[in-house]
Amino acid sequence: MAAIPAGDPVARATGVVKRFGALTALDGVDIEILPGRITGLVGPDAAGKTTLIRILAGLMSANEGELRVLGGAPGEDLEDLGYMPQRFGLYEDLSVIQNLNLYADLRGLPTPDKRATFDRLLAFTDLASFEDRPAGKLSGGMKQKLGLACALVKTPRLLLLDEPGVGVDPISRRELWAMVKELTGEGIGVLWSTAYLDEAEKCDAVCLLNDGKLLYSGDPAGLTERMEGRVYLARSDQVDRRPLLRSLLDNDAVLDATIQGSTIRLLSAGGERPQIDGVSLTPVPPKLEDGFIEILGGGPKGTSALAEAYTTFERSGQPAIEAVGLTKRYGDFTAANQISFTARPGQIFGLLGPNGAGKSTTFKMLCGLATPTEGQCAVAGHDLKHSGAAARQSLGYMAQKFSLYGDLSVRQNLDFFAGAYGLAGGAARAAIDKVVDIFELGEKVKVNAGQLPLGYKQRLALACAVMHEPPVLFLDEPTSGVDPVMRREFWVHINGLVARGVCVLVTTHFMEEAEYCDDILLIYRSEQIATGSPDDLKRQAAEAAGLDDPTMEDAFIALIEASHIDTRNPRKAA
Amino acid sequence: MKGELTRFEPRRLAALIRKESVQILRDPSTLLIAFVLPMLLLAIFGFGISLDANSIRVGLVVQDDSAQATSLAQALRSSPFLDVEEDRTVPALRAKVVADDLRALVVIPQDFGASFDRGRPIPIQVAADGSQPNTANFVAAYVEGVYGSWAQQQGLVPRGAQVGVNTRFWWNPELKSRFFLIPGSIAIVMTMIGTLLTALVVAREWERGTLEAMMATPIGMGEFIASKLIPYFVLGLGSMALCTVLGVAVFGVPLRGSVLALLAISAAFLIPALGLGLFISAATKNQFMASQFALLSGFLPSFLLSGFIFEIGSMPKPIQMVTYLVPARYLIPSLQTVFVAGDSWGLFARDIGMMLLFGAIFFFLAFRATKRSLD
Repeated sequence: MAAIPAGDPVARATGVVKRFGALTALDGVDIEILPGRITGLVGPDAAGKTTLIRILAGLMSANEGELRVLGGAPGEDLEDLGYMPQRFGLYEDLSVIQNLNLYADLRGLPTPDKRATFDRLLAFTDLASFEDRPAGKLSGGMKQKLGLACALVKTPRLLLLDEPGVGVDPISRRELWAMVKELTGEGIGVLWSTAYLDEAEKCDAVCLLNDGKLLYSGDPAGLTERMEGRVYLARSDQVDRRPLLRSLLDNDAVLDATIQGSTIRLLSAGGERPQIDGVSLTPVPPKLEDGFIEILGGGPKGTSALAEAYTTFERSGQPAIEAVGLTKRYGDFTAANQISFTARPGQIFGLLGPNGAGKSTTFKMLCGLATPTEGQCAVAGHDLKHSGAAARQSLGYMAQKFSLYGDLSVRQNLDFFAGAYGLAGGAARAAIDKVVDIFELGEKVKVNAGQLPLGYKQRLALACAVMHEPPVLFLDEPTSGVDPVMRREFWVHINGLVARGVCVLVTTHFMEEAEYCDDILLIYRSEQIATGSPDDLKRQAAEAAGLDDPTMEDAFIALIEASHIDTRNPRKAA
Repeated sequence: MKGELTRFEPRRLAALIRKESVQILRDPSTLLIAFVLPMLLLAIFGFGISLDANSIRVGLVVQDDSAQATSLAQALRSSPFLDVEEDRTVPALRAKVVADDLRALVVIPQDFGASFDRGRPIPIQVAADGSQPNTANFVAAYVEGVYGSWAQQQGLVPRGAQVGVNTRFWWNPELKSRFFLIPGSIAIVMTMIGTLLTALVVAREWERGTLEAMMATPIGMGEFIASKLIPYFVLGLGSMALCTVLGVAVFGVPLRGSVLALLAISAAFLIPALGLGLFISAATKNQFMASQFALLSGFLPSFLLSGFIFEIGSMPKPIQMVTYLVPARYLIPSLQTVFVAGDSWGLFARDIGMMLLFGAIFFFLAFRATKRSLD
């Protein structure tokens, strides 16, 4: 893949162990970063990616293992190291050019070279017209690029990028990737850490981390090839896609299955083609994620214990969520403009858009946490303005990030949320026992929520949101950061609940998760730019951009570009 | 890491100082603490709080028509320390004492004049509001003083029979408390800038992750510490200068010592103040904790245990011992001397020495706590 022959590694680590108290963050990890290559460091949150990068940058010391970075111990040669931490390391009060100047002086860029270097970097990052703007007033994507430029003021030999793709819209992410790709042409060795497996697929080499352990190291194609001939698109004329997904996941011949448009993408458990009645299979090329799932032991079972025990809601004609012309302005800044949609019972409705697009604002208006400047919204037939309490009682809310009480035990959190949703006495006890059982929290009830592993935190958060069995569920980026198996497990619950007539409103930035939705609303820079089913959106994108069989991300980018919103011009800071 | 403190390059330091200065100028809260807070403090201490008692409002009831009674009442009225309101009966004025309108009630009783004629004078009555003991004491003493000198003038008491102490207060003859309060507020402001502000800005770099990015560049931690030290040192001195100019020009505080001495003392105090701030931020790495620790270990001791408001000599012995650990304790006496008395290099040298000693200790701790590591 790389045109430049690989030389000696710019960094190499073998058997790295790092412990924080009782927790082992890295457990015998090996990695090699070659010049002129992008090495992907891939894994879910808390896999140990940031710890490994910090050790390579000399910011942390390893408990065990051999490390050689730029020909010495980590941290010895800082002149040739470029490092972009997760939060960019930019000074928000300083302008773009002041930030560049600072890093140029700190890294010892010869003064006569400054102007030429800055011009080149500003052109490269497309920031030339924002030279005097304070870094704090840049959009997420522009901050990312400036962070990269600061790490590049003096061309490094090793560039460490800690999740540069997080929180950035897909367009900026692609631009950033193209820039870094260009750098490898100059012989820079790049370490790119990411939680997105589709991003990892494009790397020259990947190190797959999970729970501090190295699961795979090498060419991403190597991992994908192993899955060759085991991945199919399943279609059935008799069964709807969700019941089909459920039966496929419960089938022992199937290791993993996910929804893709109106079809199901499945990974067979063995080498041979599974024989399933009434289902036609079309072979498709495997992806990195298939390999990852196989290493992790396959997807979950298809039946949700939660849904089995849940109330069944009637799918009457009445919409579960209705928004009409929702607009929110903060001063002269419009955070959401004229958002209108309807979601029915038994439907998954997805709100998609990059960070800061207006998803959260829309969410807040729908839960009654923010009052719309204009427009109306109703949940389960209750108008938020006039009967907000009744509307809130009929919805369950799982907030983005972990919003439970970290200092309370699992049981205390459940008690609290049961009370908050108006469950008392026997009803509360029954509801709590039920979710403890369903989410297998039994062993953890006395543990403080803050100390739970990520997957359990997410289960607990869902448990708290559904205890009172609401007909409407609001999930704000529910799966961000968790590993793919946990994510699938989560979606099994959601699919089950939807079959019971629950309406689920969800936001996500995993494009493959958008496939689970029945309907999607695309929000970009506060505007609603497209609506429709995943297949509809792909079709619209294919027409708009002349694409052939676009992925969800391709569709997303094409629709944004077709929306005639100037993507170069950042909006005012929120 | 080896050579961490010796790694030094003027260009990197200059770049860091430039960055810090831009941040100071762009951050309104920094300027607020450095320049608005001193003005506020001076205004409060200069106009609002005063530990002196001038023209205290008292009620006077004269129940006697004799010449002596009239003359004493006149003497009370003309005292510069008392602001007298008269009435014929006690109840009306008592209500005003209760309403906090008057601080005390003076009654010249019936038969006052006649009792002098009989040679056995009856005493006048002073009822002071005990809920404010300080003022009550002042009132009682003032009235007593007026009465004593009036009696002498009248020849009612033989001259010399009453032996009085003639007190003179040097340097601050009128015992104006603002003479002490202005140097005190300089100490407070410099503690705020040196300890609180410094602790906050370094903790902010930890919180925002900017320090993480800095540590991956070739800077030495010595350069980093110096880049925080120098701008806030200058800011602290600037704020001190503002306090001094305002104190002298607006509040009429004398500056009897030399500017050089004032500068030397202030600069010496900034060393422990900044050192403590750097140590706190490196040890806590979080703005909330840093501000709590800075208040507890910097601001409150400077306020309460430095002799600024409460005289150290009148504290219980164990507390007096504790004050020796408060750097501001060495600042206040020297500052007061420089303003009100003049240069006394013997005293200054001792205090400056102590402050530098504390500075050295805090800096040692700060350097040890500031590591190029996220462990």
